[in-house]
Amino acid sequence: MKPRTIIDKIWDAHVVRRAPEQPDVLFVDMHLVHEVTTPQAFEGLRLAGRRVRRPDLTFATLDHNVPTWPRSQPVTDPISRRQIAALEDNCRAFGIRLEGLESRRQGIVHIIGPELGLTQPGMLIACGDSHTGTHGALGALAFGIGTTEVEHVLATQTLPLRRPKTMEVRVEGALPPGTTPKDLILGIIRQIGVGGGIGHIIEYTGSTIRGLSIEGRLTVCNMTVEGGGRAGIIAPDDQTFTYVAGRPYAPQGRLWDEALAYWQTLPTDPGAAYDRRVDVDAATIAPFVTWGTNPAQSEPVTGRVPDPSAVSDPAARRAIERALAYMALRPGTPIQEIAIDRVFIGSCTNSRLEDLRAAAQVVAGRRVHAGVRAMVVPGSQQVKAAAERERLDRIFTDAGFEWREAGCSMCLGMNPDILGPGERCASTSNRNFEGRQGPGGRTHLVSPPMAAAAAIAGRFVDIREWRA
Amino acid sequence: MEPFTEHTGVVLPLDRADVDTDLIIPARFLKRIERTGYGDMVFYTLRFDAGGTPLADSIFAKPQYRGATVLVAGPNFGCGSSREHAAWALREYGFRAIIAPSFANIFAANAAQNGLLTVVLPEERVRQMLETAATREGYQLTVNLEQQTVTDGFGRRDRFEIDPFTKHCLLHGLDAIGLTLRASDDIARFEASRPGWMPRVTA
Repeated sequence: MKPRTIIDKIWDAHVVRRAPEQPDVLFVDMHLVHEVTTPQAFEGLRLAGRRVRRPDLTFATLDHNVPTWPRSQPVTDPISRRQIAALEDNCRAFGIRLEGLESRRQGIVHIIGPELGLTQPGMLIACGDSHTGTHGALGALAFGIGTTEVEHVLATQTLPLRRPKTMEVRVEGALPPGTTPKDLILGIIRQIGVGGGIGHIIEYTGSTIRGLSIEGRLTVCNMTVEGGGRAGIIAPDDQTFTYVAGRPYAPQGRLWDEALAYWQTLPTDPGAAYDRRVDVDAATIAPFVTWGTNPAQSEPVTGRVPDPSAVSDPAARRAIERALAYMALRPGTPIQEIAIDRVFIGSCTNSRLEDLRAAAQVVAGRRVHAGVRAMVVPGSQQVKAAAERERLDRIFTDAGFEWREAGCSMCLGMNPDILGPGERCASTSNRNFEGRQGPGGRTHLVSPPMAAAAAIAGRFVDIREWRA
Repeated sequence: MEPFTEHTGVVLPLDRADVDTDLIIPARFLKRIERTGYGDMVFYTLRFDAGGTPLADSIFAKPQYRGATVLVAGPNFGCGSSREHAAWALREYGFRAIIAPSFANIFAANAAQNGLLTVVLPEERVRQMLETAATREGYQLTVNLEQQTVTDGFGRRDRFEIDPFTKHCLLHGLDAIGLTLRASDDIARFEASRPGWMPRVTA
């Protein structure tokens, strides 16, 4: 048999129907649902008199527009309230499990999928959110989809997809001290560009990837879409199996044995071919800070804001000029001289327990810089509870951070946590687009320790010196 | 879905790469539970100031682009968030076709679901179109899906590639759900063979 990649194996195992010139119709093992991209899909079902084919393979939570202030306080925005109520009604009407605002399992959809064991190796997962690639960290094939496709999955439990090309991103070597999985993915995107992965599913391989924790792998796969990738995946290994074991939806007993035997067949066969391969040297990874308005526009913290006049291509030059104008940055400014107003530690990229631990380690015994407003938003109620058991919340609040309820929060500017016009933020989230965190807000993407250090210093600092 | 066969319209040149869906429609406008009501918010920050007053120097405010239905833009158009609201907003504003050197995957799928044609042409050719639209008033393009061509009024004809199934659905305005449901037996057969270890959820 021809050697196959893990991507080919999972894809082939999910083909319900294949016909010439048509996209493959793929079975969806788990459909994750949230309040923002689904009301129109449920409405479409109603109008067509269709039902949800597999409520038992559909799972909902509230994350995008929920306030992260104490749950005892009401959702004040009437339009958000209506959207939340719509998902509650739809889940009730169609018999779908919802971990709502009162649930101890509520959280960002991409945090709770792995956390609850809903994400397992070899599964095909879909969700109406572009960061669905996150689940690939456990060896699942996971696609972000639009609302019409959400309706399609609800009605048929399948997704028609044209087979993307495959791309291997191989990372070798030890990550330098002071760098994190966030810096690694920022470095990969810096290397391939924001459109570099268009039309491809990316498998991350190599010794560096193998050496990452599961939470670190989740961070890497999470930002695959920021490099244009259709999905990102990491082959499961013993670490993966240990992570999944014992979680609420993980198989048990004989079913576990069956699953494990199958999962062990998933890794890419020796000699399997990818359409494209990119090599990344881990030694090139540094603590990165984005200076622009897309996630590829980053520099090591020891670097300077680039000078557009040094760029010969006119389109590239204009793009840098536009980014610097929006970010109110002068060419040549040392990154470490950029002062910040806000700090956000959270999002589906960096709100897991390891992220919070790494940030807390930097913060312990120090105070947030005068004039800086800093918040920590755990990715789920379970992460929050675990962090509180370790007293991380005390470390943050003693330092002057806000410690908030779980949600997408300030990653995307559609709930009360937003930047004001002109405010500058060190953020552990995934997108620094114009207006992403609020109209006129200026976002710099960094790792959790870098964000924590910026909160204390009031500007970006080299985390490698912080530790010394 | 409204079928797409052929469309002629005024070109609006949006000369930037990596136009993200947050730029097409900011998240604060995504709280509606309907598919409509987004057209007025399309490219909001390019069209209005912080107080909501129209920007006089916005390209969208220029008389020569009023009523434009063909958008020409740089590579990686539609990157970022999966929000289909971006496609709804563009369509509701009046765009029928977008021409760019490349499109983000999820956006391209969303556009096709809404009768909005995404046309991929080489970067140099798109650059020429951007420059022509910036200088020649009333510059129009005709996009013919059956022929897979883009033509101007001056004898220039560009052929583009499109996935045959997407083309078929767009030409006939087909609903993919209806097509898939015809394969219900295949789905049922597949379901019967799924391994037992896969997770299941109860309401």
